[in-house]
Amino acid sequence: MKPGKKTGEKIIEFFLGGSASITVFTTLAIIVVLLVESVSFFREVSIIDFFTDTQWTPLFTDKHFGIVTLLSGTLLTSFIAIAIALPIGLSIAVFLSEYAPKKLRQTVKPMLELLAAVPTVVYGFFALIVVTPFLQTIIPGLSSFSSLSAGIVMGIMIIPYISSLSEDALFAVPYSLREASYGMGSTKFQTAFRVTMPAASSGIVVSIILAISRAIGETMIVTIAAGQHPNFTANPLVPIETMTAYIVQVSLGDVQHGTLEYKTIFAVGLTLFVFTFLLNTISHWIKNKYREEYE
Amino acid sequence: MEDLKTKQMRFEDKGVGKSKNNKGNVVDEKSVNEEKEKHPEMIIRTENSSMYYGDFPAIKNISMDIKKNSITAFIGPSGCGKSTFLRAFNRMNDFIDIFKHTGNIYVNNVDIYNDKIQIEQLRRDVGMVFQKPNPFPKTIFDNVAYGLKIQGMKDKNLLEERVKDAIQQVGLWSEVRDDLKRNALSLSGGQQQRLCIARTLAVKPSIILMDEPTSALDPISTAKIEDLITQLKEEYTILIVTHNMQQAGRISDSTAFLYMGDLIEYDTTHKLFTKPKFEKTENYITGRFG
Amino acid sequence: MNNIIINRLKDKIFKAWGIIATFIGIILLAVFIGDIFKDGIQRLNLDFLSSLPSRFSEKAGIKPAMMGSIWIMGFTAIISFPLGVAAGIYLEEYARKNKFSSFLEMNISNLAGVPSIIYGLLGVQIFVRALQFGNSILAGAFTLSLLILPIIIVATREAIKAVPNSIREGSYGMGATKWQTIWYQVLPASLGGILTGVILALSRAVGEAAPLIAVGALAYVPFVPSSPMDEFTVLPIQIFNWTSRPQHGFIINAAAAILVLLAITLIMNGIAVYLRNKWQKKLSG
Repeated sequence: MKPGKKTGEKIIEFFLGGSASITVFTTLAIIVVLLVESVSFFREVSIIDFFTDTQWTPLFTDKHFGIVTLLSGTLLTSFIAIAIALPIGLSIAVFLSEYAPKKLRQTVKPMLELLAAVPTVVYGFFALIVVTPFLQTIIPGLSSFSSLSAGIVMGIMIIPYISSLSEDALFAVPYSLREASYGMGSTKFQTAFRVTMPAASSGIVVSIILAISRAIGETMIVTIAAGQHPNFTANPLVPIETMTAYIVQVSLGDVQHGTLEYKTIFAVGLTLFVFTFLLNTISHWIKNKYREEYE
Repeated sequence: MEDLKTKQMRFEDKGVGKSKNNKGNVVDEKSVNEEKEKHPEMIIRTENSSMYYGDFPAIKNISMDIKKNSITAFIGPSGCGKSTFLRAFNRMNDFIDIFKHTGNIYVNNVDIYNDKIQIEQLRRDVGMVFQKPNPFPKTIFDNVAYGLKIQGMKDKNLLEERVKDAIQQVGLWSEVRDDLKRNALSLSGGQQQRLCIARTLAVKPSIILMDEPTSALDPISTAKIEDLITQLKEEYTILIVTHNMQQAGRISDSTAFLYMGDLIEYDTTHKLFTKPKFEKTENYITGRFG
Repeated sequence: MNNIIINRLKDKIFKAWGIIATFIGIILLAVFIGDIFKDGIQRLNLDFLSSLPSRFSEKAGIKPAMMGSIWIMGFTAIISFPLGVAAGIYLEEYARKNKFSSFLEMNISNLAGVPSIIYGLLGVQIFVRALQFGNSILAGAFTLSLLILPIIIVATREAIKAVPNSIREGSYGMGATKWQTIWYQVLPASLGGILTGVILALSRAVGEAAPLIAVGALAYVPFVPSSPMDEFTVLPIQIFNWTSRPQHGFIINAAAAILVLLAITLIMNGIAVYLRNKWQKKLSG
């Protein structure tokens, strides 16, 4: 063995570990970047106003900084998306795992993954150019930009997030549980919904939380199709603006670095980050807490 | 016990040459020669060797000698510690976090647990063949050349020579000579195991450890490998763990019977199987318990 | 008896609904793409691919956007591939199972869930401003690399996990060191799975617009990049830009550009799937 081999091994381990630690630095960097500018922002704008004002007009002369305005846009589009993706995604999961023959399951699964692989600008295009005009024919009074149109298309994109993970969760339930139910004379439908789904509930819940997090963080679909008009409303037929779309709007504009207007994107970004971080942490916690059940 | 072992097995680098009860003595000529003088023919000696998984004593205080160029079989019921004992000689047990060794084990006159050694060198000198054939997912040639490559051998001609020599030694040459670039996984089970033996031989160890080498193979492959082991005795010292007593009877010079971590009896194979000294041995070999 | 009939009916109805649900998304996607195809295919010709953008929709092309995408993908691959694989190797082969490594895992899965626009904000402050890369391809590539790093790390870990322990045992048993075992045995055996993951990660990156917009990719770029410090645009942003214009000609352009983007994405995914199948076959002989 050549001398110095041992040092060589240690050096390699050091560099590999360094690469892994970049992930930690990334998280720290995100937090620092968002916090630094946000703190500076909150020196000029009171936190109370930030949370209670119902208008968001930082780029106008009469400035209001009510985050709930953007928040309502985000939540509205996300809610519509989940309202579409949840029933469809869950039904797909149950159907594929309990009813469909193996061949069908194998062919369909990658096709569904395709839905998530399409770039979101393409979905944005659909929403604006195809879906909105179509909906306008059946819903008179629908604006050309609306959370409904964006939400529906987002929902389609999110279907595999729910269907894939839920299906894995259902698949992991031991067959013996189903056998017990069938043995008592239940139909597939009863077994699926009374026995198998509850047994897989933690996995299903995790999939839903992750889908919500994905919807909240979506940018291009809502930027293109939901509007750039901050509006504190629950009406799905009018233009709104989401947190993500606002950040894009400012990035495209001529807002100078260092100005209050510029700092708003970090305050908004921080809010966005907190939301998705909480959701992801909760889902991670649930996944770990209930993981031991079948091992 | 198997579950515990597999769960705990992690290929952490315990550090070259580190051992739990390291006296830190660097291997020096004087201590090696002292050992050699005391026990000239013994290529392996254990003195009060005990092995633990956490608190569980897997091997209890075994002292035994193994002669050079012999074949020693280790027999005993499942879980008696034979694999653990075997793996101590090339320190493969180090990969299990909770493994601990006390006592002395001398391999080629070096105390492998207490002296400062290079583990990689130990493993080149003490080769191992595993129960389930585990050829690398590479060509036949690359499998056998692997041990030489990691030692730094680059000369193509030399490599080819050593590879051919090793493959010939295991009697596989006629079967694979036309295409050494074939994927090793395309060979049959018996051929794969012979290939694994070949790659060990290529590195020219002095000792070969075999952990139930034929238990996953068919009778014909088993017979071929048993013949091979008998031939290898001329150049190598072989330790073989086996649960097949007939095999032990067929090929080994000495046999050690282990039971629950204790060395019950250790004698020439002929004596142990025809006139065992202890009742437990007799009960085991007559099949009263397994 | 009545109860059983009702339950059977529910069962049948759900089965029918299940089939509908399964295909509704796929069918809608097919309809959308068919529509785009109809609109865009007429515009898809060599001129379109080789022209610069213009105020006139008939003259506008995607050349700078395509070149920008290629440059960005190239640099992103160069940066993220070694980093991600190295991190994956460390986590899978070296890190002990303790609180710190669980923390690392949780952190990585968290990073995978951070919205891409946030990575854009990170990129602006760190790469564009602090490191002074400016609104350049380099800044964009670093930003995207951080974005897809978690994907590559997870894919690397899964591929390495799939290598049977018996191979490691065989290698150590022959006196190989840890790194020798990894370099000569584990990595070659897991390479197919790793490459699959990397290509999937890159195909995700090629479709990203938001983080690059934040980093300053321009909407109107009348030149082709010639250095990593150049300003740039990418295909998704070009599509976004054209989609936002009212003139119908630009909608056609957007549709055509989408077809190009989809073709690229499809090819990359196809390669990844092909690699995955080939790799799985290799491991089982």
